[in-house]
Amino acid sequence: MSGLTPDLLAMQAFTGLALGAVYVLLATGMSLIFGMLTVVNFAHGAFYMLGAYLGLAVLGLTGNFWLALLLAPLAVAALGMLAERTLIRRLYGRGIDYPLLLTFGLAYIIVELVRIVFGTQDLPFDTPDALTGAADIGIGFFPLYRLFVIGVTALVLLALWLFLERTPYGLIVRVGARDPEIVRILGIDIARVWLVVFGIGTGIAGLAGLLAAPLQGASPEMGNSILAEAFVVTVVGGMGSLLGAVAAGLLVGVVVSLTALVAPEMAQVAIFALMAVVLLLRPQGFFGRAGLMS
Amino acid sequence: MARADLMAAAARHRAALAAAALLVFPLLMPFKAIAVNILVQGLFAVGFNLLYGYLGLLSFGHAALLGSGAYACGIVLVRFGWPWWAALAAGPLGGMAIAAAIGALAIRTRGIYFAMVTLALAQCLYFIAYQATGWTGGENGLRGVNIAAIRLAGLRIDLVDPLHRYYFVAVFVIAALFALSRILASPFGAVMEAVRENEARARACGYDIRTTRWLAFVLSGGFCGLAGALQAIHLGIVPVETLYYTTSGLVVMMTLLGGAGTFFGPFIGAGLFGMLEELVSLWTVHWQLVVGVVFVACVLFFPRGVWGTLLAGRGR
Repeated sequence: MSGLTPDLLAMQAFTGLALGAVYVLLATGMSLIFGMLTVVNFAHGAFYMLGAYLGLAVLGLTGNFWLALLLAPLAVAALGMLAERTLIRRLYGRGIDYPLLLTFGLAYIIVELVRIVFGTQDLPFDTPDALTGAADIGIGFFPLYRLFVIGVTALVLLALWLFLERTPYGLIVRVGARDPEIVRILGIDIARVWLVVFGIGTGIAGLAGLLAAPLQGASPEMGNSILAEAFVVTVVGGMGSLLGAVAAGLLVGVVVSLTALVAPEMAQVAIFALMAVVLLLRPQGFFGRAGLMS
Repeated sequence: MARADLMAAAARHRAALAAAALLVFPLLMPFKAIAVNILVQGLFAVGFNLLYGYLGLLSFGHAALLGSGAYACGIVLVRFGWPWWAALAAGPLGGMAIAAAIGALAIRTRGIYFAMVTLALAQCLYFIAYQATGWTGGENGLRGVNIAAIRLAGLRIDLVDPLHRYYFVAVFVIAALFALSRILASPFGAVMEAVRENEARARACGYDIRTTRWLAFVLSGGFCGLAGALQAIHLGIVPVETLYYTTSGLVVMMTLLGGAGTFFGPFIGAGLFGMLEELVSLWTVHWQLVVGVVFVACVLFFPRGVWGTLLAGRGR
């Protein structure tokens, strides 16, 4: 372990932030959907994977990464809304387990359809030309694309925050999360709000998948293992808390990245060890409400 | 009146009825190996149903309990050369030990979080098994879990023969069913259902909710661990995918398909699922698509499952 200089550690931690950014996006969408609809979306990983593949499709048709960056998340959001409207909506008020089970089955369908359309093998996803290379960030050279991922995540979070806190529609969403009954009594169509929120959540998942694809390629199974990791992030951060999703996502990313430096084979296990510690010390997560968990 | 008496008698002797059905079952099945699969998966679903159907706790980490039973049995057999009966006993013990650890953490959460936390902890175990190649064989799975033949009181049980293997496995499954029926009929079984129906009331009656949950989780681990050990002996290998979260999903699906919270439901679900998988995979490689559609349809239209719907129809 002679090579563990402070600079190397700082670089690795920064790499962790890029990985964490993907977790943050996934967990934010998941938390948003849960906070509003009390639906744990087990298909969230599948929507993430769809983002990568639809991005690949747009890239193949137009050759334009920026167009893919715009269109793929929108398409995933549209599919998410379709799923909410046709399937999940039927289950509201029938117990908290049913939407969870339904989205689990839905994930099977989405993954298998992608296998049929795009094949079962992993597909490479080229980093766009403008974002190849590295930039000097003071402690060393850092891949430009990872910086881009962090930047886009920050922008999305800012936009989401402005939407929720500064727009009239965001106000309805926030009130709806707290008391859907009152919102309905005030004459607002809460079902439509839920539809929009589900669309936003799945759209952000699609964006996360697209952003992750140049780092690791696209495979039909890419959403499977990251789903469990996104669960860890939401549990650690506190379910339904956006701030918690951001803090926990970045923390998990950095922990994975630093563990990979000293013991690569333990990197995956470290995530779950972190969750076990948090559960023991603070069962409701960093920013969760205490009453929700027990 | 006579029919009501018949139903009551059937409910009273449910374990014996299930045993009789399982003894006849392979004679009706053209492929004996699938019959053994269904037997093992059925026991797995029974163990899961103890927690989900009777206590109302949805775990998405039961792959960890099946897998730890399978690995416990396989490891002592392959790496330490234990005799078959000791290896079979190691299965439920391994399942219960892992269940005790996962349960201690997971019961700190409830409802939806319980599903997420159990899934995450099971994934953790999957990654550990994946890395510990010296013990588990890692990605290639643990190979060579073979018991060729057993001599018992002058009888020679040839486990290569599918029918022999079926009845060998069936003996343990039936014993487990009698144990389960006894647990469900015990005061502890009544407390479990009380917690499921009204937790606040059960707490007010002085029952310790956490201990009940933890104990049920450990018991569930015993049944699932036994299923894992039997599966390891049946397949001759423990694939690392046994621990993957899709395994947890399948057991949820089988239980739901048959009818959660019913005695026979999980077995019926495992049987239907096993045959469906077999038929569909003859026809297309994309059988998971069919699995997904059946799952979604089940949740939307038959939340009580096949057996549960039949029972509800009778009750009217």
